Amino acid sequence: MINLTIDGINVSVSKGSTILQAAREVGIYLPTLCWHPDQAVKANCRVCVCEVEGNRLLQAGCSTPVTEGMVVKTKTPQVIEARRTILELILSNHPQDCLNCIRNQNCELQDLANEYMIRDNPFELKVRGYKLDRSTPSIVRDQDKCILCRRCIDACSVTQSVFALGVEGRGVNSMVVPTMGLPLMESPCVLCGQCIHACPVGAIYENEQIDEFLAAVADPDKIVVTQIAPAIRLAIGEEVGMNTGELPMEVFVTGLRQMGFDHVLHTNFTADLTILEEGNELLNRLKEGGTLPMFTSCSPGWINFCETFYPDLLDNLSTCKSPQQMFGSLVKTYWAEKMGIDPAKIYSVSIMPCTAKKYEASRPEMNSSGYRDVDLVLTTREIGRLFRMSGMDFNQLPPSDFDSWMGKYTGAAVIFGATGGVMEAALRTVYEVVTEQELKDVNFTGVRGMEGIKEAAVDLNGTEVKVAIAHGLSNARKLMDQVRSGESPYHFIEIMACPGGCIGGGGQPLTKANKKRAERIEAIYVEDEGMPIRKSHENPEVKIIYDEFLHEPLGHKSHELLHTHYHAKNKRYL
Amino acid sequence: MAEEMRIVLRNYGKIDPLKIEDYIAQGGYKALEKARSMSQSDLIAEVKKSNLRGRGGAGFNCGQKWSFAYGAESDIKYVVCNADEGEPGTYKDRLIMENDPQALLEGMAICAYAIGAKQGYIYCRGEYPQVIKILNQAIEQAVTKGVLADFAIEVRSGAGAYVCGEETALIESIEGSRGEPRFKPPYPPSQGLWGKPTIVNNVETFANLPAIVENGADWYASIGVPSYPGTKIFTLTGDVNNCTFFEVPTNTTIRELIYKFGGGIPAGKKFKAVQIGGTSGAFIPESQLDTPVAFDNMSTIGATLGSGAVFVVDETRDIVDVAARIAGFFEHESCGKCAPCREGTARIAEIMENINDGFGEMSDLALLKKLGRVMSVSCLCGLGQAAPAPVITTIEHFMADYQAKIL
Amino acid sequence: MDYKEIIASYADKPGGIIEAFHAVQSQLSYLPREVIAEAAQVFNIPVSEAYGVASFYSMFSTEPRGKNIIRICESAPCHVAGAAEVVQALERELGIFMGESTADGLFALEFTECVGQCQATPVITINGEPYLDVNAATIPGILAKYR
Repeated sequence: MINLTIDGINVSVSKGSTILQAAREVGIYLPTLCWHPDQAVKANCRVCVCEVEGNRLLQAGCSTPVTEGMVVKTKTPQVIEARRTILELILSNHPQDCLNCIRNQNCELQDLANEYMIRDNPFELKVRGYKLDRSTPSIVRDQDKCILCRRCIDACSVTQSVFALGVEGRGVNSMVVPTMGLPLMESPCVLCGQCIHACPVGAIYENEQIDEFLAAVADPDKIVVTQIAPAIRLAIGEEVGMNTGELPMEVFVTGLRQMGFDHVLHTNFTADLTILEEGNELLNRLKEGGTLPMFTSCSPGWINFCETFYPDLLDNLSTCKSPQQMFGSLVKTYWAEKMGIDPAKIYSVSIMPCTAKKYEASRPEMNSSGYRDVDLVLTTREIGRLFRMSGMDFNQLPPSDFDSWMGKYTGAAVIFGATGGVMEAALRTVYEVVTEQELKDVNFTGVRGMEGIKEAAVDLNGTEVKVAIAHGLSNARKLMDQVRSGESPYHFIEIMACPGGCIGGGGQPLTKANKKRAERIEAIYVEDEGMPIRKSHENPEVKIIYDEFLHEPLGHKSHELLHTHYHAKNKRYL
Repeated sequence: MAEEMRIVLRNYGKIDPLKIEDYIAQGGYKALEKARSMSQSDLIAEVKKSNLRGRGGAGFNCGQKWSFAYGAESDIKYVVCNADEGEPGTYKDRLIMENDPQALLEGMAICAYAIGAKQGYIYCRGEYPQVIKILNQAIEQAVTKGVLADFAIEVRSGAGAYVCGEETALIESIEGSRGEPRFKPPYPPSQGLWGKPTIVNNVETFANLPAIVENGADWYASIGVPSYPGTKIFTLTGDVNNCTFFEVPTNTTIRELIYKFGGGIPAGKKFKAVQIGGTSGAFIPESQLDTPVAFDNMSTIGATLGSGAVFVVDETRDIVDVAARIAGFFEHESCGKCAPCREGTARIAEIMENINDGFGEMSDLALLKKLGRVMSVSCLCGLGQAAPAPVITTIEHFMADYQAKIL
Repeated sequence: MDYKEIIASYADKPGGIIEAFHAVQSQLSYLPREVIAEAAQVFNIPVSEAYGVASFYSMFSTEPRGKNIIRICESAPCHVAGAAEVVQALERELGIFMGESTADGLFALEFTECVGQCQATPVITINGEPYLDVNAATIPGILAKYR
């Protein structure tokens, strides 16, 4: 242990701790901008500087290791002047339009400007005046707001190994730019949106489409139908001042109806359906010597990644559409028919934890219903804003049920939102299909948790099936390189682009800490435990759709509506 | 009165720099032989005792720095020569490399032996392509002669970035990255090039070593000012009769540099100010000219010895204009990694340009001073910390010039 | 030599991308995107990083420019020695402004900071070759060598 004093308070911390960590131990929080709990130290914003006795220079709290007997002062006049001046400098070229910024009241720079009482900035405001990068359907970049903390670069390269962002130029002209300074869409960006979570300000954000939603609701000729992804319910509460998992599903449904959705359905239904299709596809591949290992295909960020960096492995991808797109094609065929609604009138909105879903819905091939399968994708955050705008108090809202035919789901679908969830759901079904025996314990706990790569083996009537799970694309890359070199021992691999799975998706309530993701995962398994049915193949509505419409997994109709194919992205610069 | 004394430039003009035989005939590589006959720790102790301090600007005790790298556990260690001589008005490292490249190689080899390194790099600025050719030829000759034994040296070229004179930025550049400084600690002697223990010393530092090893620590320590012994090469520019270079003991005063060696101010004009140590140095007025040039003496007047550049301006010069140009230099050369330097250098340049163009206000001076106070203690590396000094010291000593432009 | 061969010849130098960029630039006078992408592949780094390197150093250009690169030192010693007049003379002689290239692609005009030849200011360099103590009168003669 290292003993030191911070502002006169004695502290003992383990060797290797930084001043910032030591200060937190005694309840002193240093201001930060470039610091991020799950990233490497950068020490470039300098707002955490402190006085350390014996040093002429102020020391950055985030990067300076504590030493025995160190005397740290965190709030001397010199320190305060330095921090305020640095904030003034950063603010002096930062647009002052906080009122209409997407990060208003959820901005680390705004917080610090407030805490440090930046009033009359002595430096002349000089906004650089770049154009917004709206080249992707998912993510918008506002170069003017960028404070060059480089957290997005860390998220993109270290967490995701996509390397779509870098620094161009130097000095005051340096900028964070997509590869070669091109628009984001031309870079290797997979649209996962992890950079949005990393950004302390409003420099990167989701392509907000609330106006499109409001226009659809206002249109009397449109029947607005929504699907809710598995990872939404437990996180949406965070947007309306509740704890993770606290908002009951039935109240959430009422909230959506209040906002003008005519029918509220659930992506969980097609999550269960995915298990039947994907599970049978796996069994087919195992039986008939198809391409193995098979990769899951629910995560559109991951699909983009595979199409960009591993086009040689596209045959390994399950041909199953993601649950969002399965839902999209069914809502305008099966559901429309069952409800007696003209599919041309259906406006299909999905609520997703994901920015890449906006792009997925816009893929040209996603029109197998004869219409655009999914018309609009709103992220959890966008729904959160709508909820806040509505003035609803979710503690007082009465519960209501999902609408019929595509609203029922099982615990297996619930866990799709967490890393390992798709795998566990698949194992629950595949086991029973193959062994024709009842699975005594549905909990495959080995595939759960925040570890980057997990593996497990399941005995299916004497055949050992080896599976692996990766979340975060840097982890995925490791498994992919193994497959590419022919050394992969696995039969089935689940990949989720985002750390923690969809609960940590790029469209989820902003969080910069993996700790929050772990909390959401916990909430997911609590929900699964409480479900009366926990195996996808036991979903009664899934049974009905096969009886009445699809007839069999991987059948003709399924191929038409529920399966897809992939294309190499052929990005010029990786 | 100080006289010129050539230790580093002892072979200047006496040998053909492209003939290793000439260097050896002057006693070259004897010091390396002697060093290798000593134990590593004795050698380091000797260098420490000589009190040779880094000639790159920071003035750290060379032997002490080596002892950190020597003590660091690692199979691989590196010796890196900082030949990224970027301080405006400085060309002393070029003189050494052009005229006596083997002295540099020998100095590096002594260091390599002391710390246990097998690989060395010379990071030479991209503006010196002709020097890079000379160095490569010198290395080839040394390898052919076998004098370096198992120590290999490679020359790497910079590409126009003043900040790469900062040792961790230099390391980043050798690694093929943007030349952005790293935060410290860890320092290079424990984690440097490719994460391995690394000694980065300046050309002039290395070129001192053969003489120190050959003549002994006591000999060296007795030259010049005891706290910063030895000699220093100065390059004179600006309004001075002899725009040339001198190697003098460190007890030489600034006045002697300008008037004795520099021959005074041309055309009978009066002295106004001198900036020493390169473009980040303080501007020094007449009243402080009797200060010895040694590191600590310069510190006492708020100045730096730096690279040994001596830039003299006479009474007719517009010092605000000069300071504004220097502010532009830092705006251009800031790497942009840390916020106070990236934004601060640009703001200083902007405010100085305003003042220089006659649009300044007195409140600008307070703002500049505030930037000076903050940047000098908060920036990530020496570039940003030193950048305000020329502006701040000219405000301090030549306030009338600023007032004339503002009012 | 083709740029791919040039870059490949530096492949075994760890961190040698800067050396490779210098070598390519001495032939093409700038770094086209293909070169940056090729270097990224050879040195096994992402293109975004290679681009970051190419755009960091002031001697590299990612935009096309004239074959003979004239750099005028604007650091303080050259500044007080009359660099501004040299700039004017060069601009007049070449009919372009600083930062531009001549229409025939022969010359590019750039500022540089100190090139370490301060014994005889002002200084310009052409393709790295220094010319000392230049003035408006000596400029045409210097340029003639490159025409």
